[in-house]
Amino acid sequence: MMDILLQEDSIISPLGFSTSENINAIKAGNSGLQFHANSRFQNGGFYAGIIDPTFLADEFSALGDAKKFTKLEQMMLLAIQSVLNNNKQIDLKTTALIISSTKGNINLWDNPQNFSEDRASLNSLGKIIQNFFGFELQPIIVSNACISGGLAVAIAKRFIQAGKFDNAVVVAGDLVSDFVTSGFQSFQALSNSLCRPFSKTRDGISLGEAAAAVLVSSEITKGDNIALIGDASANDANHISGPSRTGEGLYKSIQQGLKEAQLSASEIDYLSAHGTATVFNDEMEAVAFNRAGLNHVPINSFKGFYGHTLGASALIETILAKHSLLNNELYPSLNFEELGVSKPINIIQNLVKKELQTALKTASGFGGCNLALILKKINNG
Amino acid sequence: MELKMSDLRTELKQSIIEQLNLEELSIEDIDNNDSLFGDGLGLDSIDALELIVLLEKDYGIKLTDPNQGKEIFISINKMAEYIESHRTK
Amino acid sequence: MDKARNLFITNSIRIKNEKISLKKETILSFDKEVGFSQFSKDAYKILELKYPKYHKMDSLCKLGILSSHILLLNQEIDADTALVFSNSSSSHDIDLKHKQSMENIVSPAVFVYTLPNIVLGEISIKHKLQSENVFFVEDKFNAELLLDYSETLLNSGKASNVVCGWLELKNDQYDVFLCLVSKNGEIPFTKENLEELYGIENE
Repeated sequence: MMDILLQEDSIISPLGFSTSENINAIKAGNSGLQFHANSRFQNGGFYAGIIDPTFLADEFSALGDAKKFTKLEQMMLLAIQSVLNNNKQIDLKTTALIISSTKGNINLWDNPQNFSEDRASLNSLGKIIQNFFGFELQPIIVSNACISGGLAVAIAKRFIQAGKFDNAVVVAGDLVSDFVTSGFQSFQALSNSLCRPFSKTRDGISLGEAAAAVLVSSEITKGDNIALIGDASANDANHISGPSRTGEGLYKSIQQGLKEAQLSASEIDYLSAHGTATVFNDEMEAVAFNRAGLNHVPINSFKGFYGHTLGASALIETILAKHSLLNNELYPSLNFEELGVSKPINIIQNLVKKELQTALKTASGFGGCNLALILKKINNG
Repeated sequence: MELKMSDLRTELKQSIIEQLNLEELSIEDIDNNDSLFGDGLGLDSIDALELIVLLEKDYGIKLTDPNQGKEIFISINKMAEYIESHRTK
Repeated sequence: MDKARNLFITNSIRIKNEKISLKKETILSFDKEVGFSQFSKDAYKILELKYPKYHKMDSLCKLGILSSHILLLNQEIDADTALVFSNSSSSHDIDLKHKQSMENIVSPAVFVYTLPNIVLGEISIKHKLQSENVFFVEDKFNAELLLDYSETLLNSGKASNVVCGWLELKNDQYDVFLCLVSKNGEIPFTKENLEELYGIENE
């Protein structure tokens, strides 16, 4: 089977407008989470990772007129532009465009600005992105809750291996909207302060917004490459919002992913967890990781840096896992205090320099969906 | 007082059936001491959140700690007792 | 993709215009005046679903549970049966309800359905499927995408069977086409056959 590689990538978030800015912020221990006023909350607001619209519009002005594009479109277009800039030879006639988002431009429902009503739909988002760059293939839009961004990468791999196309630009993005905030608040799932993945004192998620893009390709480049060598998704078939107590779907997807990658759990150097910081999610993950024999593997959650960026999170964290492997660096799990799950896991607490070859990225979401992606470093001289 | 309390129980059953879409149940099917979760009515975590909404909407009771629900949503009797002593409307 | 030649549309269901057809044959039809809410209640009773959770679901999930129940009745499927669904308006119907509730007290039982893939979870729970799920959002019915993706899942061994199709609901109008794809059957799993089976009601 041909190698499927994660090539150029980009992350647009409160931590910066490029992958390197994001990684520098992570290394400096900076979080994108801040207090934002919101009248829905008794204490006057909530902690979330929100991109400053003025900074964003400034950055976007190099690409086009910011007034003509929604905030999310600006973020996603910037992410793709950066990927294309570094791959000038890429042929947009044959390159697939795979878009992932849970709610797209849903914030237009509260504040339509000058945009048409239809602009809030995911299909409109697809057309805007497709036409902006001139992709000839019709975009593939994936909306599969919080695993969307990672599932989109798996879909790219599956189609490339089946010979449907050679390259795919995968882009993911979601916003912190009143629509989503009010919903998670009704679920009593939002943290009262900053989210604290896997910690004893964790009390819920912090929301975040971000976009990311990556070029998935069968064409190997010189030097170190990161390949996606295993991918699987599995449903818990248990509950639509409550994580399975046995971590069934997550366990199963990890097993299937390892099988395809022909690796055992002991050969995984780094585990990038979902780690939303709700009581039940983090516990479920710890159970599944222990069942899979991954309890000794260094593990982190990036939610303390970004908050939960929903449909973007699994793509951002896949990109960060890729750079962990390339840089031989393990990044700390921000806001971690004392371990608060019933099974042992090996949380990364400080920046560690270490030779790394393989990584496992997992994600889980509403609807009972789970995903495992396995990355491996390949050297091409 | 006796009558008022039992009215409240009937009212609660009715609104739980409506709010949680328990279409195949009627008031008579629910005993005041039946457990609402688990083997009793078989309610789940989303139902628990809806019951919190019901307390706020109908009785002006705001639960801020999700764990509080566990001690209140045990049975119709327990819920009624809690509502009687905490209701603001 | 030689292996694809061994894949068949084992069963298919179409729900549109108050009519439910299985493999092109109408099995149930309702009065044109009946809105979705009444249709979903009547169909539940007539088809004897006996699944009380149904009443708690949003309309898109009801539609998915109804159609998959009929599609999979008496079919041999295992837990490795994947779900590959698509539609045009995502979870628009319940999104509107959540938006309305935002003006007062938000209902968690409404919010939880504001993602299109929740129906895949509901179907997985009912039929005990622990496999691959994906929800694609497309302008219109895209047989090629469903075919190509289902084939990659089946040919790579990631799934043993696939239920794929179109599950659309907007403004009380519904349009459903689902098919079970497996190694058994007579109708080859091709783009043309998918389009033909979907198109029956559109002619």
